[in-house]
Amino acid sequence: MKVDLKKLSILVFALFFSSGMLSAQGHGQEHSSGDASHEEQDSHGPEAGHDSDLAHSYCGGHEEDGEYNPVNTVMDHIADANEFHVWKGVHLPLPVILYAPDHGWTTGLSSMFDHGHKAVDGYVLNHGRVNRVADPFFPKGEVHIDGILRRTETVEKDGKAEEKDVYYACLEGELYKLDKPSTVDGGFLGGGITSFYDFSITKNVFGMIIASLLLIWLFTSVARGYKKNEGKAPSGVQSFMEVFFVFIRDEVTKPMIGEKHYERFQPFIMTLFFFIMFINLLGLVPFFPGGANITGNLAVTLTLAVFTFIVTNINGKKDYWEHIFWMPGIPAWVKIILTPVEVLSLFIKPFSLMIRLFANISAGHIIILSLIGLVFLFGNNGQNVGGAAGGAIIGGLFTAFMNLIELLVALLQAFIFAILSASYIGAAVEEHEHHHEGAH
Amino acid sequence: MTEVLFLADFSVIKPDPGLIFWTSLIFLLVWFTLGRMAFGPIQNALKRREQDIQNSLDEARKARQEMANLKAENEELLKKAQEERVAILREAKEAKNSIIEEARKQAKEEYRRIVTDAKEDIENQRMAMIVDLKNQLGLISIDIAEKILHKQLKGDKEQEQFVKSLVDEIKLN
Repeated sequence: MKVDLKKLSILVFALFFSSGMLSAQGHGQEHSSGDASHEEQDSHGPEAGHDSDLAHSYCGGHEEDGEYNPVNTVMDHIADANEFHVWKGVHLPLPVILYAPDHGWTTGLSSMFDHGHKAVDGYVLNHGRVNRVADPFFPKGEVHIDGILRRTETVEKDGKAEEKDVYYACLEGELYKLDKPSTVDGGFLGGGITSFYDFSITKNVFGMIIASLLLIWLFTSVARGYKKNEGKAPSGVQSFMEVFFVFIRDEVTKPMIGEKHYERFQPFIMTLFFFIMFINLLGLVPFFPGGANITGNLAVTLTLAVFTFIVTNINGKKDYWEHIFWMPGIPAWVKIILTPVEVLSLFIKPFSLMIRLFANISAGHIIILSLIGLVFLFGNNGQNVGGAAGGAIIGGLFTAFMNLIELLVALLQAFIFAILSASYIGAAVEEHEHHHEGAH
Repeated sequence: MTEVLFLADFSVIKPDPGLIFWTSLIFLLVWFTLGRMAFGPIQNALKRREQDIQNSLDEARKARQEMANLKAENEELLKKAQEERVAILREAKEAKNSIIEEARKQAKEEYRRIVTDAKEDIENQRMAMIVDLKNQLGLISIDIAEKILHKQLKGDKEQEQFVKSLVDEIKLN
């Protein structure tokens, strides 16, 4: 009973903090927020397709410094990208692996797109992300394009007019509509299946690989320390990481999963905790190779939550399923109400994991980028040096403060994800000692 | 319009299958690598160490307990030894005293016996001397008397009888 009480109090604490922090996150991604370099010219017309006049009027000149748009800048920075922006004008090219059902696989390095000035097999780089021209008339192979044009168009959808950003590639005075990479949200979140899939090593994947290598290197050296210092006191990095390891074991896996089963699930929970923590912390580093908004991307948190869901449910004991589908010890009519609720909760639990981590980290990135954006807003886009200095001071102070909070959040969110996953697994493997009075 | 822009460009909420694929792959790799190479061995090492520490503590406690027992035993032994020493000393003293007493008694007795013996000897010798003296005296007396009576008495028998009775009457002391 004592263990249960402790379990409950830790959970309440975790939930309290996670909800309290939700609106106050920051993630340190400070590199060159003013770099709204690609052409962004708004056009308000319903026209689409190959419009030569528009192409001439909008794709003619290459203005590198467009009007600073804080929202677009922030959204570009938190988005995944096919190249890693190191500093202004310096990009680390990343491998692109693209698949279009009507064309097949295309591979290469993102540098082949020349930052949106070249199209390769119909693929172009739009704000760091690979887009595709689905038009079969677009020339294959490498071609120089005049630029990328953004237009806000009104689209008729379910009888309602919706404004939507549409991007065009300009080639020889013609406009070609660009497709974004496919997403698996089924159109609910503004994405959907398009004409191609992007399996590239993107900025997020690259960041994840860096964090994973760091993690593996660190923990194998820690494990080596245990082998080397067997029967001796721990030393160096071994004793530093031992604190975290023992903390997760004694505060998360043991109390949540229980003495009997915890060792079986410990590698999973530990991996979750350290993987998320390292990625979060790497996201706090404001320069290369940090700063990627990895756990602030729904695809990443979705994957992690699905892992928790799978591990939880394939290890569900008879008791667990009984409690979901036919809760013992309550009247039948309550069971009929309770069963759908319990079944729903099966999915809501990992869903909440997914949303919590995503929202916390994303919000942090957005806040910090917005604070840095104050420099450009107060500076009136380069016209007002005094204003820019004021913005730098205010934005810098707030960013420093937010970074401190983010440091806490990076650890806390990893901890919460791990402890909630452990508690779900714990509920699945728990064996209840019921006395079914009716059976005797 | 800002809201529309925001939604349109908020690409992080649109899960990209590529990113899902890579996340799964990397996570699985990290999970299996670390589980096999780090978390498992570390957990075992920590458990072993905790066991060791627990054992050492238990052993130390046991040793301490034993030490305390030993100390108590030693003290008990020491106390006993001291008591024994006292007893032995007392006994020795008593023995000494009794021996001295005995010796004294024996000496006294011996002394008494010697004295008695000496006395007896003296008595005996005196008696012998007296008897001898008596005899000598008798003989001398007889000689004297013979010489005196030689002339007066004829019959020796009567004479001798007479003298003997006379000598018996003369008792020394």
